[in-house]
Amino acid sequence: MKFAYYPGCTAKSTSVEYEESVREISKILGIELEEIPGWTCCGASSGHVINRELALALPGRNLALAEKMSLDMVAPCPACSLRHKTAEYELKNDAALKSRIEDDIGMKLELSRKTKHILEVLYHDVGIDAIKEKVRKPLEGLKVVTYYGCYLVRPPEVTAFDDPENPTIMDEIMKSLGAEVIDWSYKVECCGGSLSIAVPEIVEKLSGRIVHEAAEAGADAIVTACGICQLNLDMRQPRNSDSSPVPVFYFSELTALAFGSSNLRKWSAKHFVDPSDLLEKLQLL
Amino acid sequence: MSQSPTIEKISLSDSAFSRKIAEQVRNLNRCYQCSMCSDGCPVAYVMDYYPNQLIHMVRLGLKERVLQSTTIWLCASCETCATRCPNEIDIVRLMDVLRVESLEEGIEGDISKISSFHRAFVEQIRKKGRVDEASLMISYELKTGEFLSFSKLRELAGLALQMFIKGKIKLPSLKRHSTRALKKVFRKVYSHV
Repeated sequence: MKFAYYPGCTAKSTSVEYEESVREISKILGIELEEIPGWTCCGASSGHVINRELALALPGRNLALAEKMSLDMVAPCPACSLRHKTAEYELKNDAALKSRIEDDIGMKLELSRKTKHILEVLYHDVGIDAIKEKVRKPLEGLKVVTYYGCYLVRPPEVTAFDDPENPTIMDEIMKSLGAEVIDWSYKVECCGGSLSIAVPEIVEKLSGRIVHEAAEAGADAIVTACGICQLNLDMRQPRNSDSSPVPVFYFSELTALAFGSSNLRKWSAKHFVDPSDLLEKLQLL
Repeated sequence: MSQSPTIEKISLSDSAFSRKIAEQVRNLNRCYQCSMCSDGCPVAYVMDYYPNQLIHMVRLGLKERVLQSTTIWLCASCETCATRCPNEIDIVRLMDVLRVESLEEGIEGDISKISSFHRAFVEQIRKKGRVDEASLMISYELKTGEFLSFSKLRELAGLALQMFIKGKIKLPSLKRHSTRALKKVFRKVYSHV
């Protein structure tokens, strides 16, 4: 199966290890990712604050480029996938707005294709059974909580991802790799992402609380699917906490590890909380 | 000794403002003040008005106070409120509409640095097509002048250095991606405003 691939801006900087691990597991699972030529930033969490039309035109242009490839688009970043899903949703429901955006970007939009997050591709298009088949090193003994954050699940009418209050797609994937998934109440709480640079005090509080609750729930590690969430949780561990720091993985890093990849050490060198001890103790590294 | 609550007299409201906002926000006038939005809001604790209070203020036409509110900028657009609202009010759209309105009216509250961040972000897109963290941070710092304060500089330099060491940020990129095409898009969009 083949997709028009939208890496997003963080793929080249903040979340290189996410990008690399997504590419690696995609290859193993037979997902072909063809990068969209000439893609540009989707506007992320700032475009819509400044100008609504711009916030639709930016992803609209990428969608038009993907349509030329006659492929569905896939993005590993939840903010990117939400911006493109939002453009699809809004423009499908408003013909006048759609022609205005077409005029802005100088291209026509059919909107017959769909944007997906990479987790949706794994769960729906590849399927849990096919993932299980590729497991070489089950993640036995590893206790994780899954953290979805905001943009994968909300707003539900646009994302159509999973239950917005208690999503389980990533849980099922982690279970299929042999990990133990612990239930907790912070799956879809906000880490403060869009305020990371302007008001870091807020992010410290929100992210610190999420990490604290993960430790309280008895998790060895947190699993995420977002470059900004991973960075915030990893870098802003609670201060003055009695519990030891909690490693924060991308789901794709752990998936690659279970598939037998030897790249985890390289990727985890980019993390602030070193997961090596934990994984060595479980004989997974 | 019990104190009687102070009752504030509200001056004549700006109903044109209420109508203008309500036209752009799904179901705004259905709000019955259940405060579900504020209960789940992760940043309500730092806002000057809770989201449900802000909705009521919009409906009362308290334009100045609404546009000066820190609430509209502190909203993290996490969509928890809109997902849970029993009346399906598009509260995040409300915040966006009010932010644009406050920028257009030239009204900025105490936290103009948040709007500076968003403006710096969009400016990076226009200039380079893609956003890299280092350039974004530089452009933002130049806008806010925050780096002029020593404690802020130390904090920023500390974090940035850690991120740099981990390869989470790289040196500012000079590369441009489809900027010619994007310039046209920006020009078109802003000619429509």
